[in-house]
Amino acid sequence: MSNQITTNILVSGIGGQGVMTAAEILSQAALFQGYDVKKTEVAGMAQRGGVVTSHVRFGEQVLSPAIPPGEADILVGFEPAEALRWCSHLKPGGVAMVNRLRQEPPVVTLGLYDYPDEPVEQIRQAGIDVHAFDAGAIARELGNAKLVNTVMLGAISKYLPFPGDALKDAILDRFRANKPKLVGINEKAFEAGRDAEANN
Amino acid sequence: MNAVTPLPAAGRRFMSGNEAVARGAWEAGCRVAAAYPGTPSTEILEYASQYPEMYSEWSVNEKVSLEVAIGSSLAGSRAFCAMKHVGLNVASDALMTQTVVGVGAGLVIAVADDVGLSSSQNEQDSRFWGRFAHVPVLEPSDAQEAYEYTKLAFGLSEQFGTPVILRLTTRICHVKGVVVGGERKEFCLEQGFQKDPAKYVMVPGNAKKRIPLMFEREERLLKLSESSELNSTLDGEDKRIGYVTSGPAFMHVREAFPDSPVLKLGLSHPAPIELIRHFASGVDQLVVVEEVDPLLETELKAAGIPVIGKEALPREGELAPHVLRPAIAGILGEEVVAEEAPGKKAALVPAVRIDANIGKNVFPRPPTMCVACPHLGIYYCLSKIRNTSISGDIGCYTLGAGHPWNALDTTICMGASMGVALGLDKGRVEADANKRVIAVLGDSTFMHMGMQGLLNITYNRGNVTILLLDNRTVGMTGGQDNPGSGRDIHGETSPQVDFRKLCEALGVKSERIHVVNPYELPTLFKALREEVKVPDTSVIITDQPCVLVDFYKVKPPYMVEDDKCTGCKNCLDIGCPAIYVTRRETVVKPNGKEKELAFVRIDSQACTGCDLCPKTCGPDAILPVEQFTRN
Repeated sequence: MSNQITTNILVSGIGGQGVMTAAEILSQAALFQGYDVKKTEVAGMAQRGGVVTSHVRFGEQVLSPAIPPGEADILVGFEPAEALRWCSHLKPGGVAMVNRLRQEPPVVTLGLYDYPDEPVEQIRQAGIDVHAFDAGAIARELGNAKLVNTVMLGAISKYLPFPGDALKDAILDRFRANKPKLVGINEKAFEAGRDAEANN
Repeated sequence: MNAVTPLPAAGRRFMSGNEAVARGAWEAGCRVAAAYPGTPSTEILEYASQYPEMYSEWSVNEKVSLEVAIGSSLAGSRAFCAMKHVGLNVASDALMTQTVVGVGAGLVIAVADDVGLSSSQNEQDSRFWGRFAHVPVLEPSDAQEAYEYTKLAFGLSEQFGTPVILRLTTRICHVKGVVVGGERKEFCLEQGFQKDPAKYVMVPGNAKKRIPLMFEREERLLKLSESSELNSTLDGEDKRIGYVTSGPAFMHVREAFPDSPVLKLGLSHPAPIELIRHFASGVDQLVVVEEVDPLLETELKAAGIPVIGKEALPREGELAPHVLRPAIAGILGEEVVAEEAPGKKAALVPAVRIDANIGKNVFPRPPTMCVACPHLGIYYCLSKIRNTSISGDIGCYTLGAGHPWNALDTTICMGASMGVALGLDKGRVEADANKRVIAVLGDSTFMHMGMQGLLNITYNRGNVTILLLDNRTVGMTGGQDNPGSGRDIHGETSPQVDFRKLCEALGVKSERIHVVNPYELPTLFKALREEVKVPDTSVIITDQPCVLVDFYKVKPPYMVEDDKCTGCKNCLDIGCPAIYVTRRETVVKPNGKEKELAFVRIDSQACTGCDLCPKTCGPDAILPVEQFTRN
């Protein structure tokens, strides 16, 4: 089986941002579409504010679970510097969707390293189709910073090889099962992400 | 418990390798499961504990977990234990003799190698244990096989009377894939434990008689390996290279070279040498792709089979497709080619790629301690004490070696802080005559392997100050319970260790033991400064819980009053990630020296009100948010 029809989505961010949850929901949505799916992450110390990346691959048959460098179709960047760090994983023509909310690690706070200048611009200059917006602000406007996750998924929904509403359903199903009170607000967050992407 | 989804029913399910191992064991009728947490294997027992038909436990260390599994196997119940690679080092004492004994009901050891060191102190190849202990090694290549191989491992164990090693890696444990499962079938040896000293009492006379049986068993396993469907060939048109491989490397090989013949080893030890020789005869060159060490390669070379291995492939890290492609191109004398658009054959020239150097200069983002972590105050104090040698251990507090504290000098293995500290004391030379030797370890590490080390310190009258950081959980692996938390793997109440009494029992004088709240900086500082001066064994126990477990109580957050902040940077020495710098300024002091100021704020959404940083703030610029808004 060739890997050429596999869709590769790389989700990057830092521990605690919901990277793994976003990847899990993407995987579930792809599964419901009937694809073979593999998801992998390196997150041994993820809860400690370290880098977290999750690889989601789906297609007729997925072999190796990790996306090789230069083969990602979509990069979901939960933080601008992390998006910059991983953007070369995209294939030419790939799409980067970036949350503009900066999160500085202690090494930057302490003055040991500088935060990169205009990370989104740097990604654009590398010839990447990058879309950036402040998902954190949208989430806070909706009243819950944790909604960033759903906002970001809404934003990438039109770039998937299956209908965006299938992704929305996967998110809402998850909340219907565990936290039914949050279904409505997540639907709003998804749509807000979808609109934000369309408007930028 | 951390993120564990409800139990899956049979059918097509999306699960991690770890979950699949638990499922396979359960379906096999396994009745006892034991483990000490360790990345990447931790979740195996978390999932196992959700099956009510299986007794499951957090053991205090891996050796004990294997011993529990051994006892259960002899008692007639299928049993398994799970551990990370370094865990089997600890458990190996039991393994190396149990292989002589054999088993009762099926006995399976799941061991997870952290290939690429995402969360470990070293990289090891656990396949060695198969050779060393003369036991079979099964290597699944994805979650489905992790499930299948676990299930069949118990039968294999009983058929041959041997413990079976299930070798996993991070790319099995932490990869989710589609798993098609079945149902549980109950199993036990109904006669129960049968006394048989000649088999179970390993005195020299008995063991001597059993060792030939162990070798004879390995011969029979070799015959199985040569004919088993677990070791199978996938044909391919491109016969220039044939690959022999195992574990997740199989998936990488298939992805990178879909047209090449592959011999996949599911039962990788004993290695089916003749099967491989036959496979080699049908290809121009044989390449062995094995993560980490050249074990199979060495055996093939010894058998006179020409093979290319580690001279072309990396000896460390994952052998992912992007690692394999250039290495194999080098063997074939070809340029590396990238694949073009869907449906087309590989391009003759490399396709355009996004500059791989973009983003290479982004700052590192190493793991760090959490907001309000009870260890923050400890390392703040340790960083302020001069003339110290600090031996550390394995756990979140290992992060104290990083910025801004830089207050940890050694990390080796579980419990090593104790022995190393005594060695630093007893082995000191004149230059270190006045050095204060300090050891730092956590509650779980202490119970795992540190207690013996403390006993050794008191017995030998060591001059060591021990910081026993009791946060009531196994923190780094995600917050598992232990005898110090007073809860078992199911969260049920169990006897809780009293660390003060335990340290007294191990020989520390009562007056040399202090139980301190690590958020009370002056008290902590005082205890530490006094005890390092006393030429005796002292223990300072901190008693506040990990912020990630339910024992921790969140308090109202703090914020910085901008006008009052003088930019002194004292609070930054705490190392709390909720404190961030808003602007920097360089001023010239009256003595002409330059001083850098950094004005800060607190992320009040992240702050949990631990009250540590206000104690470092001279101008009292850090106030509770509620007080601030009232003003």
